Amino acid sequence: MTPDLLPSDLTSAMLMATSVGVLVTMSLALVRATLGPTVFDRVLALNMFGTKTVLLISVVSFLTGRSDFLDLALLYSLINFVGMVALLRFTQYNSFSDNVPPREESP
Amino acid sequence: MIALEVISYCFLIAGALFSIIGGIGLVRLPEFYSRMHGGGITDTMGAGLVIVGLILLAGPTLAAFKLFVILFFLTITTPSSSHALAKSALSKGLQPELDVESEVELPMLGEGIRQ
Repeated sequence: MTPDLLPSDLTSAMLMATSVGVLVTMSLALVRATLGPTVFDRVLALNMFGTKTVLLISVVSFLTGRSDFLDLALLYSLINFVGMVALLRFTQYNSFSDNVPPREESP
Repeated sequence: MIALEVISYCFLIAGALFSIIGGIGLVRLPEFYSRMHGGGITDTMGAGLVIVGLILLAGPTLAAFKLFVILFFLTITTPSSSHALAKSALSKGLQPELDVESEVELPMLGEGIRQ
């Protein structure tokens, strides 16, 4: 089947089971993002949450028969990567700008 | 055709199970560097198996190609972001908790390279 057609009953049940599993994982990631003692735990949980969002959009695309959702999933994976790198840069340099202190050369 | 669908169901359910296992690991493991292992399981096995299952379900269509591109970008971006995360944590001086006393000095990037 293509995602342009609505899935059969068994396929629909399997896709729903998969999306429930992904949703459970997303809530576990949110638990860690809330608890996380360091900022890196929160960044790890948010990165995982973004990846799971891509999966959820793909599965929902098949479930509802709309193949244009796959483009959104692709875009979301790229945005997730850029946001993650930007956040890590912020935690490392406390700034989003290019004016970072020069790195000292190790001997 | 039915066989292909059954194989894709197996992939989808296995991917969902790996996702849940990794999520439990993310919540229950004791410290940051072990939690990265739980996150890594969901990013590789979870996402990989679910997307391969969807590709098998889609057959040779444009949707399968889009899913393949998504899988390609995920396999490029998630290891590099994990690497950046671990390097950032190490350079901030976050020490891994060990069961035994380590005789080897762990290289802390924060002390050696950057002040």
